[in-house]
Amino acid sequence: MRWRLSPGMVIDGFVLQENLGTGGMAQLWAVSREGEATPLVMKIPMLIDSDDPLPIVCFETEQMIMPRLTGPHVPRFVATGPLDPMPYIVMERIPGESLKERLDDCPLPWPEVVAIGAKVAHALHDLHLQHVIHLDIKPSNVMIRETGEAVLIDYGFARHERLPDLLAEEFREPFGTTPYMAPEQVLQDRADPRSDLFALGVMLYFFLTGERPFGTPRGGQIRRRLWRDPVPPRALAPDCPPWLQEIILRCLEVDPDERYATAAQLALDLENPEQVRLTERAERLERDSGVKTFRRWLKARKAKALEAPNIAGHLSRAPIVLVAIDLSPGGEDLAEALRMMIGRILSIEGEARIACVNILKTSRLAVDILEDEEGRSLHVQRLIQLRHWAASLDIPKERITFSVLEAHDPAAALVDYARHNNVDHIVIGARASSALRRYLGSVSSRVVAEAPCSVTVVRTPTDRRPETGPEASA
Amino acid sequence: MLIAILTDIHGNREALSACLAHARMLHVDRLVFLGDYVGYGADPAWVVDTIRGLVDQGAVALLGNHDAAIDGSDADMNSVAQEAIRWTRNQLGSEQRRFLAGLPLVHEEGNVLYVHANGYAPDNWDYMSGPMEAIRHFSRVDAHITFCGHVHVPMLYHMSTTAKVGTFSPVANNEIPLLPTRTWLAVIGAVGQPRDGVAAANYAVFDTAHQTLRYLRVPYDTAAAASKVRAAGLPEKLALRLEQGR
Repeated sequence: MRWRLSPGMVIDGFVLQENLGTGGMAQLWAVSREGEATPLVMKIPMLIDSDDPLPIVCFETEQMIMPRLTGPHVPRFVATGPLDPMPYIVMERIPGESLKERLDDCPLPWPEVVAIGAKVAHALHDLHLQHVIHLDIKPSNVMIRETGEAVLIDYGFARHERLPDLLAEEFREPFGTTPYMAPEQVLQDRADPRSDLFALGVMLYFFLTGERPFGTPRGGQIRRRLWRDPVPPRALAPDCPPWLQEIILRCLEVDPDERYATAAQLALDLENPEQVRLTERAERLERDSGVKTFRRWLKARKAKALEAPNIAGHLSRAPIVLVAIDLSPGGEDLAEALRMMIGRILSIEGEARIACVNILKTSRLAVDILEDEEGRSLHVQRLIQLRHWAASLDIPKERITFSVLEAHDPAAALVDYARHNNVDHIVIGARASSALRRYLGSVSSRVVAEAPCSVTVVRTPTDRRPETGPEASA
Repeated sequence: MLIAILTDIHGNREALSACLAHARMLHVDRLVFLGDYVGYGADPAWVVDTIRGLVDQGAVALLGNHDAAIDGSDADMNSVAQEAIRWTRNQLGSEQRRFLAGLPLVHEEGNVLYVHANGYAPDNWDYMSGPMEAIRHFSRVDAHITFCGHVHVPMLYHMSTTAKVGTFSPVANNEIPLLPTRTWLAVIGAVGQPRDGVAAANYAVFDTAHQTLRYLRVPYDTAAAASKVRAAGLPEKLALRLEQGR
């Protein structure tokens, strides 16, 4: 099987157009096929002249996983060919360059780093929801669509929770790109979606400072990241805001439990800097002391991988729950009922992140007066009330956010917020039925109909009673 | 073409009926039975008659060790299995016995092999119960894909081009591509006596066009099947197994 590929050759109906490059494990060709309007790319693994099984196993892994992926954050799968006459995968060609091209401009201004981070975090969450961990997140594997979404490419090292893990079976050594590999990957645990958050943290650090947090280690040196913490980004990029350092260092935590629970939660922080809870991480300007490092080294000597592939389970334990709180007078009972429901959810889903949202209704026509007589901004007032509502729930600060959305259409605003922030569950109160409500329609029923996720509608105990007022008995 | 693969029915009418109904719902084109129609369960005659009818309509049915023991020796069996076989012999008429005795050990379609226990010595009933056994199979059998039963627990073994063998515990209702670059040994779990702690019946559907395999679990009336086992005076352990799936 010795193929010399050249432009014009036809493989299974695909016409080779241009060699886009040859990597260590595969050749990439721009191809076209009759009836396909979009540009395509064919990936052909380098199986020739090699005793190394890695290219073939990576190819098999991609061949298994890619056809199952959907959505804007992955290249659209088109076709795959068996070994005979020639192995290949054909997929959508994403126009433009990968983020690797941006490395020449490093360090990048921090707002750009944040924007990249949020895009990749959204893409990762979408991938994790499809039961896949990428395990090789790095600039050359991220492309940005013209429409703005990040696209994750190259699934050669990836792991699908519901398919055999061919790499783990074939090799007894860690896989990935050494500067980006999470500590648990070094220990050969290929089952934790938070490994991708670590790699994203490395990438953001690199873009921000122009340096890799753990250098480019070789051989046994890759274990160093189990105990040696990186130089804090602010020491290298003084204009980096403390909250961004907080986010990046949290991604780079050795213990996955200390990182963000999900990529969606990371995206939420990157897009809401004012909500990031600052810890000692934000203030650090130098690496940990020798004693602290030595303690971690002692611990790391015994570290072993925990194999528990449960991506879906992990994501479902750390949902983002949006609670829509109506703060208008007379709604105290409902606010209390909502609080009880959130308490119940927290007792089951311990890592849940609660997004408290209040809608400040603006009218469509008039210019709104958003300050009351004393000149206090209504917006700020509402935020204070939201915090008061949540105080007794005693949720750790890093797992609760407060937002006041100004909107003329409350239901649409809630649904938009849920969609953009990967919300898993909306909890919303419904007021008792009344003639006015029947006429105007209810926000909760529209949210139920239009939300991209599960919705729980909460009623107060009094509303559950049959109507006994004079109206009902008349 | 969709091929439903069912094995180790063991006289369990409720489980077989549920799986056949499920397979019909999926519009499968063909049925392949990997053996062990009798033994353990309370409805061996009904099951054998049903399989016979399906074979007349084009289904493939292979011989299992319990089927072979009806007219042969039960000396290799444990005491519970022996007791069940001796009870079963009295339940079957001569035609049913003749049908079982005439079943083939293997069925081949291109590079796909169907067999009850293992591919290298189908009549010695060696179990494919772990990666070491799978290696023995892979080293002696050329088939690209082998389907077997006999173990009662679903499992998927695969061997790479460098002869590394992997073990995968399949998730139900999930398409697994059987890549052409590897050799595959798919152990299908039991229809009539699951043993992995899940009481629901096992079977699998092989999609020949896409070369994908889907392991399936079908809940059935275990209480009815277990109470029939008790009413027949078969060992209590056999009734409990159905209720607990282990």
